[in-house]
This record gives sequence, structure tokens and C-alpha cells, in this order.
Amino acid sequence: MPEHHCSLCRIALDNVSVQRGGQTLLQGVSMHVHCGQLTALIGQNGAGKTTLIRALLGELPHSGTIRHIDDHDRDLPHLTTGYVPQHLHFDREMPVTVEDFLAAAFTRRPVWTGISIRTRRQVLEALEAVDAKSLAQTPLGRCSGGELQRVLLALALRPAPDLLVLDEPVSGVDQKGLSMFLDTVLRLRETHHMAILLVSHDLGLVREYADHVVLLDKTVLCQGTPEAVFATKEFDAVFGAHTAPRREAPQWLPGNRKEAP
Amino acid sequence: MQAIYQVIDTLLPIPALQFGFMKNALLAILLLTPLLGLLGTMAVNQQMAFFSDALGHSALTGIGLGIVLGVRSDLISMLVFGVVWAILICRIRQTGAASTDTVISVFSSTSIAAGLLILSRGGGFAKYSSLLVGDVLAVTPNDLLLLLIALAVGTAVWMAMYNRLLLAGVNASLARSRGVRIHLVECAFVVLVAVAVMLAIRWVGVMLINALLILPAAAGRNLARSSRQHAVWSVAIALSSGVAGLLSAYAWDTSAGAAIVLYAAAWYFLSLLLRAVLRR
Repeated sequence: MPEHHCSLCRIALDNVSVQRGGQTLLQGVSMHVHCGQLTALIGQNGAGKTTLIRALLGELPHSGTIRHIDDHDRDLPHLTTGYVPQHLHFDREMPVTVEDFLAAAFTRRPVWTGISIRTRRQVLEALEAVDAKSLAQTPLGRCSGGELQRVLLALALRPAPDLLVLDEPVSGVDQKGLSMFLDTVLRLRETHHMAILLVSHDLGLVREYADHVVLLDKTVLCQGTPEAVFATKEFDAVFGAHTAPRREAPQWLPGNRKEAP
Repeated sequence: MQAIYQVIDTLLPIPALQFGFMKNALLAILLLTPLLGLLGTMAVNQQMAFFSDALGHSALTGIGLGIVLGVRSDLISMLVFGVVWAILICRIRQTGAASTDTVISVFSSTSIAAGLLILSRGGGFAKYSSLLVGDVLAVTPNDLLLLLIALAVGTAVWMAMYNRLLLAGVNASLARSRGVRIHLVECAFVVLVAVAVMLAIRWVGVMLINALLILPAAAGRNLARSSRQHAVWSVAIALSSGVAGLLSAYAWDTSAGAAIVLYAAAWYFLSLLLRAVLRR
């Protein structure tokens, strides 16, 4: 299978396994997430996608190694990870504006004492990078699904991450919000050359946007370009022989997905 | 102390405040209500109203255990027990062993029962009944000093961890991914609430302490859009209810704690109304 070789850095997982409560959630996962590429993680529910992300974020103990290395296999100092969670469950009545939320993450000065001009500028810049500048004074609970996703992306991008993890970012977002979100992500791939790991159920989306696809079922079944992976028998075994991934995959057509108010 | 009394006399020439005990009570309220108002904003956002209620009830057990163990100061036994109790509830909550409601309810009833059992031994509960309703008129200058120190320390701790608590309150996973040690921050907050509650309980009473923590913040939440507005509203409501309640209690010759809480409750219902109007 063709491997992408980035001339710069990558996040290398080598033989990563996760055991929990006597169960094996991941077994010997080895894969690379290259910078400047969008790597898609696909697989059925329970295949270990979220487990892998939690291991990457350092939330779950694991065996094997996760290294951030350059093109000569030398370790790079620190891996900064930006994370956009799948669902943000929170109390929507909470009186916290988008600006409060971002400022709380960026600084230690308690946001109820006021936000300094410098922090305010930082927040606006972060929001501008995801086309969400107008949301600064909006209470977090009044953002739509797509708006919230962009705010979370703005947060994940500060400090600039080496690895950006997007966990099912398209669930609960309408078509327009989705394309805005992905356009922003793709622009970042070009301009910041960061490594992007996308977890998605949406195979049409993966085919269109991913540079590299990893099919997971407790372990890596196969990986490569979308075309190569979608043509394997392992892919057929997981998703069924006649899954024809199309852009119009119905799950995120407007109206089929409930959008947050 | 005399200088402070004179300032009160000059600024607030009200007959009710000519007495020393009223001046002390006023000062205690000015020190205590802003801290409770601030802590309340997070307690409300973290949906911990029921939790702080259980904390208040544990004061009874604290005093009871203090008597059994021969601790001379009520305050110290309450504080120690309150802090231990708070951490215990917090840890059990974090393990997710049972629903939070259930855990808190179990702890709350256990601590009331244990406290009553010890304090009522030999039919002597009557002398502790003031603990249930509190008496803000019994504040002494020494108590005021203690409150001042508590306010300073409490506010400092609160400032240091507010942003991390806010992130944790919005989403735990997200906060963790940004390096927030959630369990530590949550426990620190809970301990802070425990200390504030135990300090206030002698003046406000076991039955009403939680209202003072929750009502101003709950009312403020209805009126605020941002964190800052929430804090400002909550402190303003707590302070105004405190002062108005104290003066009214003097005029009506009733319990100050009850009057204060009723003012805060009035604010809450007013805020509900205002919110409905503002949002059309």
C-alpha cells in the first residue's frame, strides 16, 4: 500500500495497545499522522476510534509509543494537540459568552474581573481565523451547532497545535456550517502545515477530503489513500461490499440531522 | 474598631445602626455576602446547589463530633469536618459510582442524623437550636477579623482557579485536553465552599445558609449574559439583600437570616420576570 512520506514531521504511533477492565480496546496500533495532511480514522462503532484519540490526548494509559518525530526519526520536543470534541454537553443557560470562554482558556486572569485589551485582541484573532469574529459577545449557549464547532476550533488552534484532532466534527451541524468548517480546516492544513486527524462516519466526506485513511477495528486493518482503502476486502468486510461512498451521504443532509437550536 | 463605627455612623445615620451589635452585624454581612455571592455563581453553574445544602447540614455533625472528641472550639470542629466531608462527597462524585443526587442525599441525611444523635443526647438539643436559624446579631469584633481574613484568602484562591473551573464547568474532556487538572480544581472549589459555609453558618443558620449561597447567583444568572455580569449581579443582589434583610429584621423584630433570604428570593422571582420580559 502506498505510504505518504512527508518531508517534515509526523506523529508516529508504534504498537499502541489499550487495556481497560480486562478488555482489550486497542491492540498493536501502528500508524503515522503526517503534518500537512488530513488523516481520516474510520471504522464501526466500538472499533476503538475514540479510545485511540483519548490515548493520543494522554487521557488513557497505553502501552507502545506515541512519538512526535521529524524526517530523520529524531524526537521533537513537545506535541501540542488541539482537540475539537464530538459533542459539547453543557448547560446552555450558563451566562458565559464566547469571549469569556476563550479568554478563560487563554489567560489566568479571572474573566469575571474583566478581560484585558490584549486578551480581547487575542480572542478576536482566534475567532477571525475561523470566520467567527461576530460571535464574541454571543452567549455560548445560544450558538448553533456549526457556530459552536467553529468556536471550539478557534480554541483548539491556540496555542498552534502540531496535531489537530477532530472527533466527528460534522455531527449536529447543517450543510452550510459543515462546508464552512471543513474549508477552514483545509485552509489551515495548507497555511499552518499541521497534522490533522479526523474521526468520521461519513465516508463520502472522507473520500473527498482525506489524504490518508486508516481503517480501524481494535487494530489497523489497512491504511492508504481513500481510493486504495475503499477498494480493499477489509473495507468491504467492515462496511459491506456495496457501500458506495458518495458526497450525498444522507446522514448530514439538512433536515436529516437535528441541529442544535 | 471605633473608627469603623464612626464611618458607619456618618455614612448611615439610621437609628437601627446606633447599637454596636447592629454595626457588627452589618460589617459581617458586608464581608460575607460578596464572598458567598461570588462562590454561588460557580456553584450554580456547576449544578451544585444540592451539594452545598448537604455541606451546610454537615455542620451539625461537625459540632457533635467536636463535643465527643473534646475539641473546644465549635468553629474548628465544624471546619475540619466540613472540609473532610466535602472532599469525600467530591471524590465519590468523581468516581461516578452512583448518581450525584443519590450520593449527596445519602451524605446529607447521614450527617443530619449523626449530628442530631450526638447533640440531642440527654435531651440537650435546645442549646444548639440557634445553630439551625443562626444569629447575626451575636457577631463580635473578633469574628469580624476572622471573616476579613477568610474573605481575603477565599477571594485569592477563587481568583487563582476561576478560569479553570469555568472551562471544567463547560466541558470536562475539553478542559482536560488543555491541561486542567479537573479533580484537583473541583476539590479545591468544594473545600472553599465548605470553609465559607462553615464560617457563615453561625450567623445565618443551617437551614438558610444554602439559600444565601444559591439564590443571589441563581437570580444573577437570569439577568446576566456574561461571566462578569453574573458576578456583578450576584454580588449586588447578595449585598443588597443582606443589608435590607438586617435592617428589616430589626424593624420587624424577626430573624435576620430569614429576612435576608426572603429579600434574595424576591430578587430571584423578579429576575425570572425580567428575563421573560427581556427575552420577549
